[in-house]
Amino acid sequence: MKYDLVVVGGGPAGYVGAIRAAQLGKRVACVEKERAGGTCLNWGCIPTKSLLRNAELYQLLRHRASDLGFRFDNLGFDWSKIIARSRAVSDKLASGVEFLFKKHKIDYIKATASIPEPGRIACKGADGKEQILEAHSILVATGATSRPMPGLPVNGKNVIDSHYAMIIDPQPKRLLIIGAGAIGVEFAYFFNAFGTEVTLIEMLPNVLPVEDTEISVALEKALTKQGIKIFTNSKVTETVTTTDGVRLTVEGKQKQTLEADCALIAIGVSPLVPAGLSLKLDPKGFIQIDDRYQTNIPGVYAAGDIIGPPWLAHVAMWEAIQAVNGIFSAATPKRLKTFPGCTYCQPQVASVGLTERAAKEKGLKFKVGKFPFMANGKALAAGEPEGFVKLMFAEPYGEIIGAHIIGAEATELIAELGLAINLEATHDELEETIHAHPTLSEAVHEAVGNAYGLAIHI
Amino acid sequence: MPTNIEMPKLSDTMTEGTLLRWVKKVGDTVAVGDVLAEVETDKATMEMEAFDEGTLSEVYVDEGQTVQVGQKLALLVGDGEAKPNAPASKQSVAQKTSDPEKKTAQTKQTEPTPAAQSQKPAAEQPSESGTRVKASPLARKVAADLGVELEKLPGSGPGGRIVRDDVLSAHENRSPAAPQPTKPVAPTGTPAPVSSQDTQISLSGMRRTIAARLLEAKTTIPHFYLQSEVNAEPLVQLRQQLNAANEAAGLPKFTVNDFILKATAVAASRVPKANASFSGDTIVQYGSVQLACAVAIDDGLVTPVIREAQSKTLSQISAEIKDLATKARSKKLKPEQYQGGTLTVSNLGSYGVDQFFAIINPPQSLIVSVGAILKKPVINAAGAIVPGQTVVLALSCDHRVVDGAIGAEFLAELKRLIETPALMLV
Repeated sequence: MKYDLVVVGGGPAGYVGAIRAAQLGKRVACVEKERAGGTCLNWGCIPTKSLLRNAELYQLLRHRASDLGFRFDNLGFDWSKIIARSRAVSDKLASGVEFLFKKHKIDYIKATASIPEPGRIACKGADGKEQILEAHSILVATGATSRPMPGLPVNGKNVIDSHYAMIIDPQPKRLLIIGAGAIGVEFAYFFNAFGTEVTLIEMLPNVLPVEDTEISVALEKALTKQGIKIFTNSKVTETVTTTDGVRLTVEGKQKQTLEADCALIAIGVSPLVPAGLSLKLDPKGFIQIDDRYQTNIPGVYAAGDIIGPPWLAHVAMWEAIQAVNGIFSAATPKRLKTFPGCTYCQPQVASVGLTERAAKEKGLKFKVGKFPFMANGKALAAGEPEGFVKLMFAEPYGEIIGAHIIGAEATELIAELGLAINLEATHDELEETIHAHPTLSEAVHEAVGNAYGLAIHI
Repeated sequence: MPTNIEMPKLSDTMTEGTLLRWVKKVGDTVAVGDVLAEVETDKATMEMEAFDEGTLSEVYVDEGQTVQVGQKLALLVGDGEAKPNAPASKQSVAQKTSDPEKKTAQTKQTEPTPAAQSQKPAAEQPSESGTRVKASPLARKVAADLGVELEKLPGSGPGGRIVRDDVLSAHENRSPAAPQPTKPVAPTGTPAPVSSQDTQISLSGMRRTIAARLLEAKTTIPHFYLQSEVNAEPLVQLRQQLNAANEAAGLPKFTVNDFILKATAVAASRVPKANASFSGDTIVQYGSVQLACAVAIDDGLVTPVIREAQSKTLSQISAEIKDLATKARSKKLKPEQYQGGTLTVSNLGSYGVDQFFAIINPPQSLIVSVGAILKKPVINAAGAIVPGQTVVLALSCDHRVVDGAIGAEFLAELKRLIETPALMLV
């Protein structure tokens, strides 16, 4: 029996691509070596959101309980339970994905796959059992893993990656985090909230370097205020692992030696290319694809982290759907243009579209509108006055080209602006849309007004 | 007094219209400006607005019915008025009313014109199929600005929505006489094999249109050609005099082409039979000269149109073509600036071409091809060979409309004007 599509990898690109193909009436198998759901669901997005929920609650109660009128005589936490809850959430969702496979009659094969030749997938199960699948098309969705740091191999004890960081027990007292992207920043917030002494080291000039500089600067201030030590423009030049910790030499404005129980490497990801076919790769090792998500080998497609940045679950899912639609129809799949990016520390950071930097580099003419949560009724009522909304509108037509939010619930607020960009909305449509009162989303509305001198509350 | 509502004439070529949908029903109160119905013409779907107020008392035409311009569609009765005793029946409506211009309903284009565009984007309006035009707010603003009609564009956005890029590519690709992209014309012979040294250039929309339109023109229009070598000496001298005066006054100089355009406009108004189109059962002889002029642009050519050229002065024509050519090169022409030409001038003189015959730009019947002014020996009135300056003017004519004699008459008039250029200035 020959499958219409065999998907290699069961993460966000893989399981979503498999389900979409099944929805199109195709015979589909999905081969996953570990557990359905991939990094996102097992070792990324989802379990960390569980940890961060604990962190923000604990931080709120610890620092602001008395403002809010609460009194705790004996506020404490159980580290092991916090980790256990995070794992339980992953377990539940992973079984949810397996259920979806069953529902869509997708053959779920737990095995390591290689692609010896186009149309054939060799699977080797954990028990050593081997089988060959035949398929008209293959979707490679093998994803990526934490990028190793030269000279500082992950050992799960005093050198960890994000995978170990979410199950580390006991809690480290002092932690050095190398890399201030979303992963580094989220773990910095998490460990700091529970009292770990955290130092965040970033080679580039700002934390969250891909975000709008104004947002990065605001976040840096907020995190510093929370007690996180931040070294930007700083390079780790020497690493020493000791019996009870690590010692890093960091060169920035000045050269210094930092010591901690543990170093967390969060410097990006490396591709996990399946064995077999020699797929054409880009210089960084990610699979190169054409406009139809097809690799250099006809019939072999790729989507998700394995085709390069941005390494985001929602992008992977979208790409997989585009790729699968393209495989089974004549329609030309779309390539990624606009996508939201979210970081779940507190204050949260979310953005979609161009940063001010990028817009200037492109030579665009645009207007900027901003609104602080300090002037938003709901934010004050909720006790979350930190942060602001920043929106950018191109001239002369006023279409929205970038949105940047720092503050409570920023990651939920960004969806409206993603829709606005995708539908090519201009400031008029946003301005004319009634935003419920009182909500944080009013700050978005007022930022639109601010760009055109029409904001009411500022 | 009760008012008849008639099928309005919404474009030059419209002879009949289809009543797509009655928005108002019998018994509805109608205010001035209310949309009464949606009408489909040969070009677009329009909303028909009420020009009077009252109550819609009778409807003579069913939805989906196609009727002649001027035919009664409905009856509007004022407050307290009775409807007339003998309303038009459905049988009697077939009669045409004589004056379609005196319409009691005015219509509105589905898309706003740039002038009518306020700060607010247009709301989504019904289109030909009766469904709404799905277009992004940005696409609407850009389309209004560039004069692109949204109804006919394919949408590449979510769910077939028209997005900015669709409008921009339609704007870039639309060509002189036909804004509609047409299917590419497949080559009939076998092309030479493509090697790695060759470049394959994908067709732009403009190139596709040029390919299809000119193939159609050259294969379906019975072309014939006339040419005449014209003494250009007087024109060159007049140009020198005028330009010397203009220079002294700080005014822009005239080009040779300005004179050719002016002469063509005058000749076309004097020989109206050459300023005409073949239109199936009839020949349309135009009452004014809408003079198109071929302008080469980066990836093709466009033919912007000088409106009412017969009544414009040399200076006006000169200024106008300069402006149109600039807009053409920056792809800023609006449809009304390149559509509806009645004849065309194509001038390759500045490239040093001696003479050529251009392909007719349909639905026109005539194109004037102008070569370079060349210095050469000529025989003067005294029979002596002397140095002179001449230019070859050539006509390509559609024989269905322009016979040899008419073409010759037009060419003779053109020659007379060029050789005695003072005539075109009076």
